[in-house]
Amino acid sequence: MHQRFSSFKYHGLIPLTESYLEKVKALLQAHGKPEKEVYLDLENSAPIAPDVLEAMLPYFTDLAYGNPTLTHKPGWEAYEVLMSARDEMANLLGAKSYEINFTPGESEANNLALIGYAIANKKRGKRIVVSEIEHLSIINAISLLESAGFEVAKAPVDDQGFVKLGELQNLINRETVLLSVGVVNHEIGTVQPIKEICKLAKDLNPQIAVHTDASDAVGKLSISLENLGADLVTVSSYKLLGPRGIGALCVREGLEVSRIVEGQLGTQRLWPGVENVPGVVGFARAIEIYVANLETYSSSLRSMRDLLLEGILNNVDETLLNGPSGTLRGADNVNISFMGCEGEALTVELSLHGVYVSSGSACTRRLLQPSYVLLAIGRGYEEAHGSILMKVNRLQTREDIEHVLDVVPKAVSRIRRIGGFGGDG
Amino acid sequence: MSRAPMPYDPKVLELFRNPKNLGRMDDATVSATAGSPLCGDMITVYIKLDERGVIERAMFESYGCAANIAAASIMTEMIRSRSLRDAWSISWKEISEQLGGLPAVKFHCGVLAVGALRRAIRAYYKGGDKPDWLPEELSFEEKQALDEENFAEVMSRRIRLVQEKNSLQEK
Repeated sequence: MHQRFSSFKYHGLIPLTESYLEKVKALLQAHGKPEKEVYLDLENSAPIAPDVLEAMLPYFTDLAYGNPTLTHKPGWEAYEVLMSARDEMANLLGAKSYEINFTPGESEANNLALIGYAIANKKRGKRIVVSEIEHLSIINAISLLESAGFEVAKAPVDDQGFVKLGELQNLINRETVLLSVGVVNHEIGTVQPIKEICKLAKDLNPQIAVHTDASDAVGKLSISLENLGADLVTVSSYKLLGPRGIGALCVREGLEVSRIVEGQLGTQRLWPGVENVPGVVGFARAIEIYVANLETYSSSLRSMRDLLLEGILNNVDETLLNGPSGTLRGADNVNISFMGCEGEALTVELSLHGVYVSSGSACTRRLLQPSYVLLAIGRGYEEAHGSILMKVNRLQTREDIEHVLDVVPKAVSRIRRIGGFGGDG
Repeated sequence: MSRAPMPYDPKVLELFRNPKNLGRMDDATVSATAGSPLCGDMITVYIKLDERGVIERAMFESYGCAANIAAASIMTEMIRSRSLRDAWSISWKEISEQLGGLPAVKFHCGVLAVGALRRAIRAYYKGGDKPDWLPEELSFEEKQALDEENFAEVMSRRIRLVQEKNSLQEK
């Protein structure tokens, strides 16, 4: 395979140069600590929940710090802890223990699924289909595959983000080896009919493998990986308030997948290097807490989501909900466009009032293009520039949401006033 | 499409919190806008000249990010008490320096602010006697503003066409 990887000239840690660091230190001092803080940027990172951290702590210093493939007590301890956590995760996810491969995160799991599967199966076909609103770790991975000679196609979605099944059907042919559609969209929360999509793909081509990114679904929707119909499933840790730096790709038995990183192999056949034992323990604990309390948490997340969503839509003029509502929307996802309000400015204004969110505005990105997900569902440039993404989590309360509802209209009003777009909120 | 760190200087945050000369000026001698809501960046500059042709006051409105607001704000401070000729000579690099050095992905905020200012100066001389120092050709900042506006318009139109085509196919 002729690979043409994206490359750049390396200049050290640009743009994190020393002067930038000094600026950020001064910026933090100027920002100050708001009286009340509500973190809603679960899409991009998250704190570890205290009950998850508690489970992890012994494994940083006292227990199981050895390499699980080595023949000494700390190594055997590490093996025992790692495999027990994996068994427990497998039970909770409805998977087989040996199907779970730990990776350093969700992006790496998605890359392993797309690139690893495509490389291992290129003799059977070189066509890959993904939905056009997949996570960037999938969109960029298929661009890389395309530059290496694979044929890729993006399945369009409707105005709420649901994959158009008729068009998907036309994109899958005998050459198609892999289809990737996420269970719940990371940005607009669309819950895809994933079982139906898997069945449709396999009816058209029984040889096709289906990958699904379930990072926004596990712990928030009732799903069992066994019954989902997918062959490769990505699971996230931090989106469940588990630690960052760990994720998993579940691979159905019998599937051929190539490693995309080489090194010393240990217990993970698809990802070399020393296993992150505290990370796996925290990951398993985070899943256990969410899955064991699925009904309670998903109902409380939905109730906070709707409080937030309706509170904003009913009290701020010129707003648009991006994505579906009700049960077809991810339990934790709120994505709203504020017209006449540039998203990056709004994230800074909200931050000054202790509300932390992200935006699909071009200004938060390196290239001045707004969110491709919002453009794909038919939002215009202005609507995408003014979008704000928020995700609630199980540790938050109605009081937190009420604080956000108090802050948002004032922030929107101020940013609109600066832009000369009135400001009645 | 990736994110870049945004190490704003505290000056940007200060001007974002407390912008100077913010708002519409009803008695402006001249005003101009660069950018558009489609670009995600738009600055309107209002200038009030005194009887000697010196900038007595300047105000702004900014639909844009924190750096955009700060750039427009500091520019209105920088041009006060200057002649239009002096104000024309301000570059986006000076604005960036005054803001403690903008991150590279935010240079265009300084460019857009200067683009709006130079459009206003051109508008003032439109139809009358044009001074020698005012170039015929658009300056870099004006061209950039125009490019950004055209690019956003073309991309936006393209997306609308795709959407219309898709909705026709569905029917």
